[in-house]
Amino acid sequence: MSFHPKMAYDATFHRSSRQLEDEGPPFAYTPENRARFDAIITRYPPDQRRSAVLPALYLAQHQQGYITANAIRHVAALLGITRADVEDVVSYYTMFYTRPVGKFVINVCRTLSCAVNGAERVTEALRETLRIAPGETDAAGTFTLVEVECLGACDRAPVVMVNDAWHESLRPEDVPKLIDDLRARGEAALSGCHHVVEGKSR
Amino acid sequence: MDPILTAHVHEPNSYTLDFYLQHGGYEALKAALAKKPDEIIELVKASGLRGRGGAGFPTGMKWQFVDKKIEPRYIVCNADESEPGTFKDHLLMERNPHLLIEGCAIGCYAIGAKVAYIYIRGEFFHVQHVLERAIDEAYGRGFLGKNILGSGFDCDIYVHRGAGAYEAGEETALLESLEGKRAQPRNKPPFPALVGLYGKPTAVNNVETLCNVPLIVLKGAEWYASVGPEKNGGPKLYCVSGHVRRPGVYEDSMHITLRQLVEERGGGVREGRTLKAVIPGGSSVPILMPDQLDIPASFDAVQKAGSLLGSAAIVALDDTTCMVWLAENLLHFYRHESCGKCTPCREGTDWLFKILHKIERGEGQMRDLDLLQNIAGNIAGKTLCAFGDAAATPVLTTLKHFRHEYEAHVREGRCTLPASWRARQPVGAH
Repeated sequence: MSFHPKMAYDATFHRSSRQLEDEGPPFAYTPENRARFDAIITRYPPDQRRSAVLPALYLAQHQQGYITANAIRHVAALLGITRADVEDVVSYYTMFYTRPVGKFVINVCRTLSCAVNGAERVTEALRETLRIAPGETDAAGTFTLVEVECLGACDRAPVVMVNDAWHESLRPEDVPKLIDDLRARGEAALSGCHHVVEGKSR
Repeated sequence: MDPILTAHVHEPNSYTLDFYLQHGGYEALKAALAKKPDEIIELVKASGLRGRGGAGFPTGMKWQFVDKKIEPRYIVCNADESEPGTFKDHLLMERNPHLLIEGCAIGCYAIGAKVAYIYIRGEFFHVQHVLERAIDEAYGRGFLGKNILGSGFDCDIYVHRGAGAYEAGEETALLESLEGKRAQPRNKPPFPALVGLYGKPTAVNNVETLCNVPLIVLKGAEWYASVGPEKNGGPKLYCVSGHVRRPGVYEDSMHITLRQLVEERGGGVREGRTLKAVIPGGSSVPILMPDQLDIPASFDAVQKAGSLLGSAAIVALDDTTCMVWLAENLLHFYRHESCGKCTPCREGTDWLFKILHKIERGEGQMRDLDLLQNIAGNIAGKTLCAFGDAAATPVLTTLKHFRHEYEAHVREGRCTLPASWRARQPVGAH
């Protein structure tokens, strides 16, 4: 008896599609980012510079919006490791982008506690409002829609993360207003984490 | 029981050093530095503190196993809180960060480490800011850095941001990630206590675990063990979410029952709905049925009932939840998060998801049910880390308790719950 079910292995599952075709423009850290990098590298033993690969990549991503082959080269040279070592990391972690993304990356949590509280409908509402499917960026380059796994804010489900900030308890009917607000006011439109709000409001 | 770890978290400025010092902060560090490191380890052992990350392993033992002959040694705090349904460490770090810093410093002193890394998940960016500000404050007043409080003990704490990988919560995968590689688990043994970060002896502890250490130092092992049932001492944070009216983090002793947590603390299910099932410890543990909830929410009692307390992420599900859909949702998660190192898990989670998706769509066959069982059984126990068992669990547990729902899907060629029910309406009232 074969246990192997008959299934098509499509390209959408395997991550082989995540190749870095984009060489991008020449890349080097800005002086500010170089100073940040020099501070970060001191946190690790001198013979373990590789440990700084995640923070180094975050700096590159914040500087340029996404990770290009040239950015990988720069990071690899600074850390004294190969490009393949860096690309290995870039292709594994979901928070690094290898293609240009919108000004606002909307990450909708789709895992259990958010899902039982209507996350599917939030995604539907975002699809309708933005007219893009998860994984896509709108034509103006303003919004990217992504479905992500558990964000760790299950008590305020459904939760979305826009860039690095949270918006909690998002109801599908509130989606159009949130999008308008984001356009008008940027990340100030987001609710933030309720713990932060509690700390400030009293 | 009155909250201890979270007693002040809802007060303004609870994250500042001044607030923390007004409430007895860093007294435990002072007391610890007056003792010998071995005494701290003995104290933590005597308290019976069990790791709060999921496995419930005795923390004192872990620290004792750390090889004291090799320098340097490390404390690595696992703040990669990613188990679906878990959000307790987030609260502690954001509203009581100095408690974690104090716990890290005491841990370093106990095992003779000079550096602690706090590995925080990438999605907790706002939490990281709070934590880093708190660390700066602690350096400023001499609670971290060189010659802490004149004791001659040096300790540095650094925050390291992850980048979106559930697997980084597994301790050896976390170490790999911290070393600048993919978050994939190592073969064990050797355990991190002997060969950990950079090949050096390392204690990897959860945030909540380290937050318990200052309490033990201040109030004693006996007091600590007396909070809660035998071998399940100390305060515990529970994350209640899902179909409950008041989702949130609730602190209590492990005497509290699962039913109290769901119905009293969490406010129970919505008007007119009935409770269908409860996941007591995060998505990786077996389901408990509503008639199994009158047990203490302790490591031992939940295990005896056939599940695990895990990270104490209690997800309540009401009668609008389709259990095939639930398994599909969780396998989507595990398929996405599988690190790809072990074949049974990498391939198996994909197979499981696809079969579940087929059944949920109404295109399944009866023999698929046995196939699910077979594949799940061939993942569990056949991988380097516990992820394999975790990924198999949602399938096996829903098949065990709700096989009739699977059969109904196949027989009727559709999901048998009304479409308007299924996971559609927000529950929590904020």
